[in-house]
Amino acid sequence: MGIAAQLIINGIIAGGIYALVALGYTMVYGILRFINFAHGEVFMLGAYLGWVFNILLGVNVIVAGVLAMLGCAVAGFVIDKIAYKPLRGRGMLPPLITAIGISLFLQALAILIFGAQIRTFRTGEVVRGITIPFIDAIITKIQIVIIIVSVALMVALHFYIKYTKTGKAMRAVADNYEVASIVGINPNKVISYVFIIGSALAAAGGILVGMEQNLTPTMGVSIGIKSFTAAVVGGIGNIYGAVLGGFMIGLIENIGIWFIPSGYKDAIAFAVLLFFLLFKPTGIFGVKKGEEVSV
Amino acid sequence: MLEFFASNYALNLLILICIYVILSVSLNLIIGYSGMLNLGHAAFFGIGAYASALLALAGYPYWICFIAAVFFAGLGGAMIAYPSLKLRGDYLAIATLGFGEIARAVMKNWVSLTRGPLGLPGIPKISFFGLTLTTKFQFFIFALIIAILVVLFVSKIVKSPFGRVLRAIREDEIAAQAIGKNIKKYKVIVVITGAACAGIAGSLFAHHITFIDPTTFTLMETILIVCMVVLGGVASIRGSVIGATILVLLPEPLRFLGLPTSMAAALRVMIYAALLILLMIYKPNGIFGEWRFRHAKSKEAL
Repeated sequence: MGIAAQLIINGIIAGGIYALVALGYTMVYGILRFINFAHGEVFMLGAYLGWVFNILLGVNVIVAGVLAMLGCAVAGFVIDKIAYKPLRGRGMLPPLITAIGISLFLQALAILIFGAQIRTFRTGEVVRGITIPFIDAIITKIQIVIIIVSVALMVALHFYIKYTKTGKAMRAVADNYEVASIVGINPNKVISYVFIIGSALAAAGGILVGMEQNLTPTMGVSIGIKSFTAAVVGGIGNIYGAVLGGFMIGLIENIGIWFIPSGYKDAIAFAVLLFFLLFKPTGIFGVKKGEEVSV
Repeated sequence: MLEFFASNYALNLLILICIYVILSVSLNLIIGYSGMLNLGHAAFFGIGAYASALLALAGYPYWICFIAAVFFAGLGGAMIAYPSLKLRGDYLAIATLGFGEIARAVMKNWVSLTRGPLGLPGIPKISFFGLTLTTKFQFFIFALIIAILVVLFVSKIVKSPFGRVLRAIREDEIAAQAIGKNIKKYKVIVVITGAACAGIAGSLFAHHITFIDPTTFTLMETILIVCMVVLGGVASIRGSVIGATILVLLPEPLRFLGLPTSMAAALRVMIYAALLILLMIYKPNGIFGEWRFRHAKSKEAL
């Protein structure tokens, strides 16, 4: 029981992070039909900004987190305006290649600014786990914070999308770009909001991971791919699918290392990704749009 | 001047140019002429390198290693051929990226075969028919001949009726199908051919550097090759040759700035990335490109 419960707990913790990052992928894809490859690097940027505010400038960790989210929101907005907006209407591949360029650029920038050495939020205190009664699994305080914050942000996003005017506009533009423009919604404004919110969520994920693990300039790469996988599994374009997919990938990956060598842990997500792309490209909740699969 | 070209430094660069010309030309066959964005090219490069190195270390003659590199890389190509039939656009890109990362995970974790992260050192020099390539200059001549043969082979393909069908598929799959072309067959052949050519480059690379490990065959390597293709011009063989040459030489002056290795590497990546973004925004068809990267079904994209 102990090991199984532990793996499930680990899966849920990882899944919460994947879900947060997957939301950004899925919201952008829902409107622009474009994989924002640089999203994983926004996650990394969030972790480093949090580190700068918290460790370097000595701001309280919660305030530092909020500031990092704001910083990433601005970054997401600027990236869209500079790199993606000029390419709209030029087909599928140019924005994708540009996004890869942005992603590498941000990674290299992080190496130049912060160095390749490992940074950490931890201040030397020993992180002690709490044993959960009955199921014999260990969880740390930070991990509890990860679960609570990520779920809270998802719930907040749900209410935002469902009840606010901007949220409604987002759904309208995702549903039908032209008709939404006709009824007076400014799609460019909506797209900016999508990048701002998606980037802030990714930053939150980055800080949460940063509090538990070390920061490296390439930390966004594998999280990015796994979260993208989560978005595909859940049905890309659907925010509830992204949440479900995030937790699914977290669980599959952590339970998977019970059966195969842990060196292949990162490859599990890719295998799931390939499986879904080939056999169920619309994911669990997705609607077929006819773009991704050839006849 | 002549002395400079005979120096080991210059010869190393020239050999690398030959290797990257093979890689970029073969990737252009897949991306440019067939419109499939393949982000797993470094995996074929790596498979070729490992196949060739392992057989050479086991004592087999070079021509067997070479054939094995081509064969196994082609086999890798066959594995992504199926996804290329089912997926298109960015979904294919992400699927091939996944393939590349899985291939690298295997290189890293199949320790009994590849020695994992330790890599394979001491890969022997190339020798065939009793002739051993001992100096860098001899190796360069060999690599140059192979590169020229690959370039001629690929340009032959794209100029043939076969190549015209590829372009037809790229522009409009349904129209190509309507005139009776078996698009699946064409796609499979082109992916396997491109992958096999990358395997050749892998074999040259392994025997040139004499040490390989999984860190060489990352997504970054694929991106670098994509950069070469895009810079030279999508669907231009001449462009790919020039693109590869420019991008191998471009970061060289950074060596003389005397930066620490990790900084220099990051700066190099930054230059490539910035170049890629600027090219996409201001000159998406590259130096010689005939095709603007417009997807046949781009109407829906905004």
